[in-house]
Amino acid sequence: MKFQDLTIQDMRQKLLAGDLSSVELTRACLERIKATDSTLNAFITVCEDESLAAAEQADQQIAAGNMGLLTGIPVAVKDIFNTLDVRTTCGSKILDNYVSPYDATAIAKLREQGAIIVGKLNMDEFAMGSSNENSAAGAVHNPWDTERVPGGSSGGSAAAVAAGQVVATLGTDTGGSVRQPASHCGVVGLKPTYGRVSRYGVVAFASSLDQVGPVAGNVEDCALMLNVVAGYDPADSTSVDCPVPDYLKNLNAGVTGKKIGLPKEYFIDGLDPEIKQAVDAAIETYRQLGAEIVEVSLPHTDYSVACYYLIAMAEASSNLARYDGVRFGKRQDPGEGLIGMYQQTRSAGFGDEVKRRIMLGTYALSSGYYDAYYLKAQKVRTLIRQDFLKVFEEVDLLLTPVAPTPAFKIGEMVDDPLQMYLSDIFTIPTNLAGTCAMSFPCGFSERGLPIGLQLIGQPFAEDEMLQAAYAFEQATDWNQRVPEV
Amino acid sequence: MKITEKDVKHVARLARLHLDAADLKVMTSQMDAMLGYVDKLNELDTDGVEPMAHAVPMSNAFRDDEVGASIGIERALQNAPESDESCFRVPKVIE
Amino acid sequence: MNSRYEVVIGLEVHVQLTTKTKIFCGCSPGFGQSPNSQTCPVCLGLPGALPVLNRQVVEDAIKAGLATNCQIAPRSIFARKNYFYPDLPKGYQISQFELPICEHGWLDIETEESGEKRIGITRIHMEEDAGKLLHNDDNSSSVDLNRACTPLLEVVSEPDMRSSDEAIAYLKQLHQIVVYLGVCDGNLEEGSFRCDANVSVRPWGQKELGTRAELKNLNSFRFIKQAIEYEVERQIDIIDDGGEVVQETRLFDPDAGVSRSMRSKEEAHDYRYFPDPDLLPLQVADEWVERVRNGLPELPLDKISRYQNDLGLPAYNAGVLAAERPVAEYFEALVALHNNPKICSNWVMGEVLGALKEKGLKIAECPVSPELLAGILKRIDDNTISGKIAKTVFEEVWQTGKTADQVIEEKGLKQVTDTGAIEAIVDEVIAANPGQVAEYRGGKEKLMGFFVGQVMKASKGKANPGMANQLLKKKLAE
Repeated sequence: MKFQDLTIQDMRQKLLAGDLSSVELTRACLERIKATDSTLNAFITVCEDESLAAAEQADQQIAAGNMGLLTGIPVAVKDIFNTLDVRTTCGSKILDNYVSPYDATAIAKLREQGAIIVGKLNMDEFAMGSSNENSAAGAVHNPWDTERVPGGSSGGSAAAVAAGQVVATLGTDTGGSVRQPASHCGVVGLKPTYGRVSRYGVVAFASSLDQVGPVAGNVEDCALMLNVVAGYDPADSTSVDCPVPDYLKNLNAGVTGKKIGLPKEYFIDGLDPEIKQAVDAAIETYRQLGAEIVEVSLPHTDYSVACYYLIAMAEASSNLARYDGVRFGKRQDPGEGLIGMYQQTRSAGFGDEVKRRIMLGTYALSSGYYDAYYLKAQKVRTLIRQDFLKVFEEVDLLLTPVAPTPAFKIGEMVDDPLQMYLSDIFTIPTNLAGTCAMSFPCGFSERGLPIGLQLIGQPFAEDEMLQAAYAFEQATDWNQRVPEV
Repeated sequence: MKITEKDVKHVARLARLHLDAADLKVMTSQMDAMLGYVDKLNELDTDGVEPMAHAVPMSNAFRDDEVGASIGIERALQNAPESDESCFRVPKVIE
Repeated sequence: MNSRYEVVIGLEVHVQLTTKTKIFCGCSPGFGQSPNSQTCPVCLGLPGALPVLNRQVVEDAIKAGLATNCQIAPRSIFARKNYFYPDLPKGYQISQFELPICEHGWLDIETEESGEKRIGITRIHMEEDAGKLLHNDDNSSSVDLNRACTPLLEVVSEPDMRSSDEAIAYLKQLHQIVVYLGVCDGNLEEGSFRCDANVSVRPWGQKELGTRAELKNLNSFRFIKQAIEYEVERQIDIIDDGGEVVQETRLFDPDAGVSRSMRSKEEAHDYRYFPDPDLLPLQVADEWVERVRNGLPELPLDKISRYQNDLGLPAYNAGVLAAERPVAEYFEALVALHNNPKICSNWVMGEVLGALKEKGLKIAECPVSPELLAGILKRIDDNTISGKIAKTVFEEVWQTGKTADQVIEEKGLKQVTDTGAIEAIVDEVIAANPGQVAEYRGGKEKLMGFFVGQVMKASKGKANPGMANQLLKKKLAE
């Protein structure tokens, strides 16, 4: 069996049985990355020496009978996570030389469970983008069609799993940044409920929307990754102190008797017919699996993109003020004093998309416009959240498409930022509402591009959502296909 | 037009971004398009609606007043573009 | 008071709290430590770091609010104040804007000119401090972030003060309160209690406020007074010359006694306040407020009136004893052991504070504890020693830490009350001073003091002065 065909559970069994060592596994992983990454560009940094050293230690631990959930298993993380003594660029020129002095909580949790972190994954700069074209490290290529984008902003996280470079990754999802690339790359990606996973050490884009999410090749591995990273963290005031279930337990509970809602606002005319077809088929599958399907309404859906971008940009404009060339980052100093240093550092260090969002966010918060833009958006956000809470009084889960189209071509949308923003319409509302959602494969387009299905769960009901996704995965074989890279 | 080049220039100054003439033009038109789009929020009556600043309604997260570890001068300065033995250096700040 | 213009002053005071750690991270505030040694990802503003609120800061804010008659908001919000400055690591300061923790308070002040007056307190909010900038010779500045993220309370008054004296009276009282509460060390010079003054003038009778100037860098009560008075004169001069006062920030230079405009910082500020999404709303339940209220110490004004009304002390004494909480506590401990407030007050204000001042010590460092002092006072009461000898005993107790009884015993300072012994000394004194005896008997009764002095001297102060007096009178009349 090839390295890239193994699941986390396969790896665990082989490691435990002594059929495979962590060093062998990590070597195979590094080789796979070497062989494929010149095509994909999914990695910004590969930690070869560190991961082999960690693998040796892992082998000793396994031999000593200390097997954590991920002991000896190579994984990779989006370059948005602070990783101690490893370069953390966030896809930006401004952090090109930044070496973090600390680990993000999610990284510490991966290490606690023995994971081998083999590298840092490519992403849209500061997680701003839906195509992974906005990276200082260059665009990531979709493993299914290298002329196409993998989606974004966690494009590297999804492409790396799809191409079998690593078995699982961590990404972040602010408006769909885990789910949309997972959909475009044919893998499983989950955005937990806001507050379920600590944001400490995750470079902030939009603090009230950002959430860490796992990407894996199948639902079970995704659940296992969530087991590792979920939980209250006193270092993140917005993380929620409530019990975390074992997501692997009862994964096969099925959907019999579950009520799944189809929000009618998500099945609109502009939806790509191939996507519609795949989603319709998925609905049928769920019906056959014993779920009750009902149509519901989320009336404020159409306002979510405008609401989201105002809030996200406003928060980002403030979050990105710390990149000033004083304490870290690449400074440009034309010798025109302090303000010149600030302006040149920031103008040279940020890409166009980041600048655009900082500008819009600054404007939305500025004197005289705050009420009309930022405050208005916060109020609309309340309405959007209420839509969800109301619908969840009726149904257990919502089922929707992830993206209006399959992966588009690199360069196709770069000149039309607004059009790009609008493509996030199905993923954004859940970030605004704070609830959980996930994407998993439900079909392929005629061109062979993956199509993802989205399930949206009630706040903190990731377990129920994972069970429904698992039932679908067991009933279909969409996740068996792998791209040739 | 929702926004003029002059406004954009002012915002750029607030955000400490330098835009040359060409940038300014493109930025103004893109911001204008975006602001035109988000105007649709005004279709909604939000009188009496509470603004939502957090995704999950919660309050009161505290830490106890107990000393934790500082990371030390060397770590603090390790990424500094310019520093001396113990401080970050910046172009002179005129008060 | 100017005959043509009314002065209007509002004050913003930054009170640095004495918590063990910073407001949003576990670093200690690090005063006097090597630059940047007390820092972590949070207070350095590193990418990904997040703030978590120090509960003690909230507790201290509630204390300060209650002590200044504020309402404690059941719900308050932290907001980001966005601006770029090298001492501000995140590019924003976490502060409170729309919903501060305390509002609508007041303090009653008293000045000679205007008597008693109530000064409104608009709000008190919590915020983080910035770091420090040090200016180098080579056209660069150095940034030290030890102070970044240390907790501050900003206390904003209403523009209710009408003279520099009122401003100082308000500040002194606020200062006394926060130090009493134990939330601030009160050190003005080191910036633990920083004041900005908003000053304007207007013709008497005009309703609208004049254009104000904000005075900064006022680090002693004396400078604050000087700066306000300078500013009032400056504004009146401008108006008298037909000019207009400009709204600006001015920096006071205490050496030159003048202020200068900080125009470089005057570029259009737009702080773009918005609720900090990294921090949750703060909800303070009534029970919390009540718990803090019950734990508040008795405040200076209450003490002063109690000292006057219940202990019968004169206003001056009450004021001195209540001025500093440790002194008041010392005094009260003493009264608890020796139930004679007047004597206790005299001793604390005289011997104790005098000796401390001479030695440059704080009352906490006083070698004579209330217990030891009460031991001395007890021996005066029971006539074991005279008031005068008591001072010698006090010095000895101060030096050695021994009890009054030990000192009296070892040094043989016990008062002589044996009539025979005193009589013998009286006889000696009469015999040794025939001239004065003759004068006394001739009617110069003032000389009694001289004879008592001689008896005391001969007895090394141990003779009971009353008995000596009595015996002298008797013998000299013979």
